[in-house]
Amino acid sequence: MAMKIRTVSYMIRQGFKGLWRNRMMTFASIGSVASALIILGIVFMIILNINSLAETAKGQFDSIQLYLKDDLDQKKIDEIGKTVNKIDGIESVYYISKAEALQDLKKQWGEHGYLLEGLEVNPLPNSYVLKLKDIKYSEQVVDQVKNVSGLEEVKYYKDIVDKLLRITHFIRMTGMIVIGILIGISMFIISNTIKITVAARYREINIMKYVGATNWFVRWPFLIEGMILGFAGSVIALAVIGYSYKNIFDLITEKMYVMVSAYMIPTPLLVNNLAVIFLVLGTGIGALGSIFSMRKFLKV
Amino acid sequence: MIELFNVTKQYKNGTSALSNINVQISKGDFVFLVGPSGAGKSTFIKLLLKEIEPTEGRITIDDIDTTNLSKRKIPMLRRKIGFVFQDFRLLQNKTVFENVAFAMEIIEASPKEIRRQVPTILSMVALSDKANMYPEQLSGGEQQRVSIARAIVNNPAVLIADEPTGNLDPETAWEIMKLIKQINRRGTTVVMATHAKEIVDMMQQRVIALEGGRIVRDDKKGVYGYED
Repeated sequence: MAMKIRTVSYMIRQGFKGLWRNRMMTFASIGSVASALIILGIVFMIILNINSLAETAKGQFDSIQLYLKDDLDQKKIDEIGKTVNKIDGIESVYYISKAEALQDLKKQWGEHGYLLEGLEVNPLPNSYVLKLKDIKYSEQVVDQVKNVSGLEEVKYYKDIVDKLLRITHFIRMTGMIVIGILIGISMFIISNTIKITVAARYREINIMKYVGATNWFVRWPFLIEGMILGFAGSVIALAVIGYSYKNIFDLITEKMYVMVSAYMIPTPLLVNNLAVIFLVLGTGIGALGSIFSMRKFLKV
Repeated sequence: MIELFNVTKQYKNGTSALSNINVQISKGDFVFLVGPSGAGKSTFIKLLLKEIEPTEGRITIDDIDTTNLSKRKIPMLRRKIGFVFQDFRLLQNKTVFENVAFAMEIIEASPKEIRRQVPTILSMVALSDKANMYPEQLSGGEQQRVSIARAIVNNPAVLIADEPTGNLDPETAWEIMKLIKQINRRGTTVVMATHAKEIVDMMQQRVIALEGGRIVRDDKKGVYGYED
């Protein structure tokens, strides 16, 4: 579908003309699309931050500790190490001996560490720490590890992990649904605006079709009109979200770190992501909206 | 030029608009399509424009089998056909020149071609002096001449006119008929649906009469033959 440059410029001019002719509707729909995208942006911001929070949390819980029985010899200990190394879903395995474990504990206790000096026998077991590739493998790894002989106890953070997975899943799903609805609403708004221009030019379209205009020749100006609407709406939404997020970020990210030891996603990173999503979404919604609104008019 | 083989059109609601129509129209022919309302004239014309599909049968225009033509190629078919409506269908916010040029812009003609071709056609329909006027400033006959100019500006092989004189007084109607005949003389095939008895009787052209979806008459130099 090679189009001549002259035709392209004709299409773009027609698109802008349509917007100007119904300027009230144009402003109203840019505003509506911007509002819809702003809500979408807020939802998105929340999802992204919770996600990153969850990732941070997962990182702290994505290991399994194997406490070994006290009476094993070094050969048996190595053997266990080799066995667990073969299990799927494990990224790395490292060994912590009784002595190292005690050292770590002393460090953790800090100024009270001297209390441990008085121990006659080291009560801590030798242990292996299995670092998981992903937290979702925890169950399956634990199941296999249980068959290994010589273990005193297998420890992992099942409850916390389960809860975390469930919450993030729920938030993601709800977010997706809200985003879907908002996309639908924006498309409806744009398609209604375009419908007004299309209806106003119904005769023209009809004549174009009789003279032998292709559907795309008729469609392009309206498509451009819709894309401009969507684009303008997304630029406004992006500005509003970017500005607000920056202020919120400055206000609470430090406090958040103190509370949950994770920072908010930095403003530039979020805004960059959002910019791509908004522009693609806004222009796409505009294009689709106008195609929908035109369908019945092209049937000649 | 235009051929219909055993064409039947039945609408979805069950009404049979055309049944088993066979028509051959040669290049350069001038054909009147007559018959009472509901006889199938509109269906006939819509079939030629491929606005609707025949239920059965085959239609060829300019050696193109339009029955199996894909949707994407309909515009190419229509560029071979000039169409004149009873209600002119001019764009009110465009001048006479722009209305005619519009048809050329759609087929992506160059501005140079447009500047050359449009005045030629306007002089042919005797509207050169009104090129910069808007349709509402023109009389009915003049508006119809603009619409004819638009229909022929891309040099179509066929001119299809649906009641082109229906909204005009007799005198103006004759002007339009002279113009259409003149276009026909240049080699353009003309198919015209009409109720205008006098015009059909006087012109002495081929007349195809439809009634109840069937061809009841096809005369070389026919008359209207109805008293309505």
